[in-house]
Amino acid sequence: MAVYKQTYKDYGGRRTASWSRFLILMRYSYARVFQSRFLVLFLALCFFYPLGCATMIYLSHNSPVLAMLRLQPDALPPIDGSFFYEFCVVQGVLALLLTAFVGPSLIAPDLANGGLALYLSRPFSRTEYVAGKMAVLLVLLSLITWVPGLLLYAIQASCTGWTWIKPNLWLARSLVLGPLIWIGVLSLIALALSAWVKWRIAAGACILGLHFVGAGFAQAINEILRTRKGSLINSSEVIHTIWASLFDTSRSTDLSVTQAWIVLGVTCLLSLGLLARRIRGFEVIK
Amino acid sequence: MFWEIDFVQPVIELAGLTVCFGKREILKDLTAALSGRTLGLLGPNGAGKSTLIQTLLGFCPVAGGTAKVFGRDVRDHLRSIRAQIGYMPENDAFIADMTAVTFVRMMGELSGLPARAALERAHEVLFYVGLGEARYRKLGTYSLGMKQMAKLAQALVHGPRLLILDEPTNGLDPSARQRMVRLIRDIRDSGQMHILLCSHLLRDVEETCEEVLILKQGQIVHYANLEEERRTNKRFVELETSGDAAPLAEALAQLGCAYTPAGVGRYKIVLPEGFNLREIFRVAVERDLPLRRLSYRRDTLEDIFLKAMEV
Repeated sequence: MAVYKQTYKDYGGRRTASWSRFLILMRYSYARVFQSRFLVLFLALCFFYPLGCATMIYLSHNSPVLAMLRLQPDALPPIDGSFFYEFCVVQGVLALLLTAFVGPSLIAPDLANGGLALYLSRPFSRTEYVAGKMAVLLVLLSLITWVPGLLLYAIQASCTGWTWIKPNLWLARSLVLGPLIWIGVLSLIALALSAWVKWRIAAGACILGLHFVGAGFAQAINEILRTRKGSLINSSEVIHTIWASLFDTSRSTDLSVTQAWIVLGVTCLLSLGLLARRIRGFEVIK
Repeated sequence: MFWEIDFVQPVIELAGLTVCFGKREILKDLTAALSGRTLGLLGPNGAGKSTLIQTLLGFCPVAGGTAKVFGRDVRDHLRSIRAQIGYMPENDAFIADMTAVTFVRMMGELSGLPARAALERAHEVLFYVGLGEARYRKLGTYSLGMKQMAKLAQALVHGPRLLILDEPTNGLDPSARQRMVRLIRDIRDSGQMHILLCSHLLRDVEETCEEVLILKQGQIVHYANLEEERRTNKRFVELETSGDAAPLAEALAQLGCAYTPAGVGRYKIVLPEGFNLREIFRVAVERDLPLRRLSYRRDTLEDIFLKAMEV
């Protein structure tokens, strides 16, 4: 802009639809998140296991290749609920690690220097702000959980045909629902912690701590008090219980499905409460 | 109290506005209608200035009464009100690891500008506030003065109709302060938006605002139209003599001046229109009264403010 033109000019152009504004936040968050090479590398690593599973499905339907590799057909696990359950368990752990890496950088930088007042003084609500930030995690975690899971299902379906799809249609539903529950809970916990712990490394440590320390405490409580109720604070036990019921596996669990759902519900409500208290345009200093 | 300024198109209308934090009333029954181009909000710490701004932005819930911006109630039309407001907060408000141009562009997009237009506007406003050369630097590396300018840029990027500036000259050195005041005056003179300026610094308000609302303990204690005050305010001198100044004051009264005692041997003399100051010296010589001090002044915002604080 030429120096002589440096006077204030109004804007009279077109405006975008207000419903789509949360996507702007998502776009800018991705730009910031993907500046890290480590994240790109880690994300690539997250696709190794699904690739292995795809290879396994392919091999289980190709006797000539198996014979060439001198493998017996029964050496490979059957492609059933347990197979997809294991897939969810592995990708679920990777999702947790990815959340611990990405989650803290979502809200903390906005809060650190009072940026929230600028977001919320615009035609942009607190809900849209949380939705925009949450969408970053939801999309990223979906890419490594239920999306490849569904692809595996499609590969298996294409190899076996309608005879396998018809009795296993429920597996597709479980493959979407199971990981979605986990990434929803993870996203809410990560956002809540990111809003309360301004230091990124500490927030990341808290996310991992909640999971692993919680599991340790749960084990200790179970051993000392000779009970199973300690598992209520073990997040992996809680989600495995739900997945086991969704994938109809014979895995024995410490909790009932109802208890697991209640724990997840309480965790989500708690996270939303923490977010509601923190995501504000101003701070009241008492 | 009802401070009526203009009913044509009030920018801000308050009708019995009450805002509470917990059980504490922060704003008490505020009633005013402001329609000037530049409005100053003055008051001591804790008077409720920032709370009033935050209420207009919908951050603080209204406990009673109504607050309207451009005729729309903040409780019912918050989104459309916010679309017309540019807000520059008092405290630090930036994202440290973003460049100024990305930051301002994002804020523009969040206000509804398409991505391309937002980028163009971001460059324009950053040049306008004087950050053109530093626009690709991360905000975390900016000096305090530059951060203030970046905050102003993000408030302007979407072309608001009302610009709310909360302590815009806070922490600025004299030259940066002058730059900021010059920009505010330039925006005012462009005639494209209203400005609500909240400041502790009376000089800033005096230099930029046409109207002033003074708050104290959550209540409006005074409204002043500075334009009118400037036109009608009185010139006066404060004088001090070695002896009894009463004869001098009486002699000046015969020349049309009004006077009030301002301490031992001191008087405040209000001068009539067209009065020549040399007359004071002439009368002092005639009465053989040596003048020890004579200071010529006009009513300032400081006088108005201090009077309001005494209420």
